[in-house]
Amino acid sequence: MAASGCRGVRSILWKYGSYGKNLFVSRSKMVPQLPLRQIYVASSLWKKNLAAAGPQKFTQEFIDKQVEEFEVGKRHLANMMGEDPETFTQEDIDRSIAYLFPSGLFEKRARPVMKHPEEIFPKQTAIQWDAEGRPFHFLFYTGKQSYYSLLHDVYEKILAIERHQDKMRNKGLFTSDTKQILLTGSRWLLKEEIEENLVENISVQDYMRLIQLMELLLSMPYCSLEEEFILKFRKQLEVQSSKYEIPALQYDPQGVAFSVADGRRKSAKASITLRDSGSGNITINGRNYLHYFPVLQNREQLMFPLLFVGMMGRFDIEGSVEGSGHSAQAGALRLAISRALLSFVSEGEVEKMRQAGLLTADPRIRERKKPGQEGARKKFTWKKR
Amino acid sequence: MHFLFNFDNTHLSTYHSEGHSGQYYTLPPTHIQKLFPYGLPPRFQLQIKTFNEGCVMVRPPALELISYLKRADYSKPPLRYVLYGDIGTGKTMSLCHALHYCYSQGWLIVHVPDAHLWVKNCKELLPSSSRPSRFDQPIQASQWLKNFKITNERFLSKLKTTQRYVWTKRESTEKGQPLGELIDQGVNRMKSSSDVVGAVLRELRLQAGGATEGEGAFKLAVAVDGVNALWGKTSLKKEDRTMPEELTLIHNLRKMMKNNWSGGAILTALSQTGSVFKPRSAYLPSELLGEEGFDNMEPFVPVSVSNYNEKEFESCYLYYLDRNWLQHPHSRSEEGKKELIFLSNKNPSILERLCAFL
Repeated sequence: MAASGCRGVRSILWKYGSYGKNLFVSRSKMVPQLPLRQIYVASSLWKKNLAAAGPQKFTQEFIDKQVEEFEVGKRHLANMMGEDPETFTQEDIDRSIAYLFPSGLFEKRARPVMKHPEEIFPKQTAIQWDAEGRPFHFLFYTGKQSYYSLLHDVYEKILAIERHQDKMRNKGLFTSDTKQILLTGSRWLLKEEIEENLVENISVQDYMRLIQLMELLLSMPYCSLEEEFILKFRKQLEVQSSKYEIPALQYDPQGVAFSVADGRRKSAKASITLRDSGSGNITINGRNYLHYFPVLQNREQLMFPLLFVGMMGRFDIEGSVEGSGHSAQAGALRLAISRALLSFVSEGEVEKMRQAGLLTADPRIRERKKPGQEGARKKFTWKKR
Repeated sequence: MHFLFNFDNTHLSTYHSEGHSGQYYTLPPTHIQKLFPYGLPPRFQLQIKTFNEGCVMVRPPALELISYLKRADYSKPPLRYVLYGDIGTGKTMSLCHALHYCYSQGWLIVHVPDAHLWVKNCKELLPSSSRPSRFDQPIQASQWLKNFKITNERFLSKLKTTQRYVWTKRESTEKGQPLGELIDQGVNRMKSSSDVVGAVLRELRLQAGGATEGEGAFKLAVAVDGVNALWGKTSLKKEDRTMPEELTLIHNLRKMMKNNWSGGAILTALSQTGSVFKPRSAYLPSELLGEEGFDNMEPFVPVSVSNYNEKEFESCYLYYLDRNWLQHPHSRSEEGKKELIFLSNKNPSILERLCAFL
């Protein structure tokens, strides 16, 4: 049984009797549209880990046939849309399907989809014992063979590094300040993501154990030898502030710079023109902001972005807002002002504004009223009998 | 740049000129008690109590008014001045400033602090004793008579009635009685107080420009705040919940507003805050007075009052700092000042309310 010694994490064993083909393919599943709160949710959280559920449900021939049909269908689709079949990418497929089968369903996952069978059919483990009933992997009887084999691998690496350390000490070349692995801007894979990779269910304690082992590996001075291995278990975080598109700075006929931006809050929409070299007048819907917002709190909301950036008396603001109530309108205007300010402000300031929460759109919306209740949360009077 | 004039003020109002704009001057406490028992805006009265003195900023609209008053010809019918402007820009304060000038010049003051009070929220509404279709407001009338008495003490003994007034079967005031008696009559007998008010106004009208020199000469200043109440709708109702056709006090005041007498001036200010059934954004004379009011008041001299400009704002800010009114340490910095400018948009009343809790 040749499973040992392999860096096996996931066994996509499609064919009977083949072993050793343990490929580690890091799948980046397409991440569905996330709500704008910055909680990172992996798609694997939402899908049941069907793969680890039971034995093979689809035969390899079936999968192969599906792949063939998919390829053929792709070419047909390209012909239909009048494009070149050779250079027809997945994005083009998505676009064409959305055009040919328009769907009004709200749930995006329920709409018609044409994707490669690998993405649709869940990965499954093949039968893990041979014709006589003997398992291939030496750790089969632990129940979580991939997980334990992974732990074994990590420990092997730790031992290898220790041996390397001793060798260096013997030679007298031991130094503590070796090349360290850069870990900023990345995080450990979540338990669900590891489960997905291992095609097995693991418990929380197992996950903690694995992370502890990895940390131990990292704590050793010569861990840079296994950098590649470790980085497979880290996921890069995107730099948030690069996601904001800064509205372009336009120029008036007189040469005055101005920028236009929009903002929304709770069904109130606002649109703003921020003009440079002004004197701090603010006109909203044609009226002075003092008349439009008699409440102090709303005027404070308007003031906050300008105060934060320190450009209080510099701009003239002309805005139009509609919908919702006065607080929501003030919030929408504030977001619009912050966005318009991005084009007048430096990079570091943009990051500061993001951290201050000026650029985040408030996702709170009016909660739906449910049937059987008075309102969103209020219930009817409870009668004991 | 602000400058407190701490010495004797009676002459100072005459010397206010353009150069003093933005500076504060103190109202002497005796004057405040006599002239403005109910005349000043309530928040300003609170401020007087807190700071233990009443300081008024000298501003262009008031200066304009005072200059007109200085140059007007008092043998001709009186000029009507209307102070108009946005809410909270200082119309009532400018009116009081000009009135203080008149008082210090020795004029006779007829001051209606807020005409809106006569048009809404009246507790008692009696059918008039003299005319069947009119309605009286005894409480408001007697209140006003008391204030009038306090303000114009020295004139009361000098002026005499010109005709005989009959109040009820048993009471009447003969011709030639001093005005003080008339007023006492009104204060004591609540039922006929509104008619007394009418009589007093009539007397004053007749006698204002009458004698050019000598004992009886005086100039009459009629100051009405919230003039638009006179021609607007009332929110009062009779007992059977229909609208009253006419109110005595309003009727008499309207007569006063006409310029068929001479020897004085009519100073008025519009007011949206107390007005009944008027939208908040209306501040121009045509909007607030309505057609009828506008026609009646025509011709008039409009004086517009606006928010503070830079200099005035500075002055107000320094005044509050001087009096330790701005407690928060941040408000003393440049940043804090910019915040104040933004949040209040240099509107006097909003600035005052802002600073009140700093």
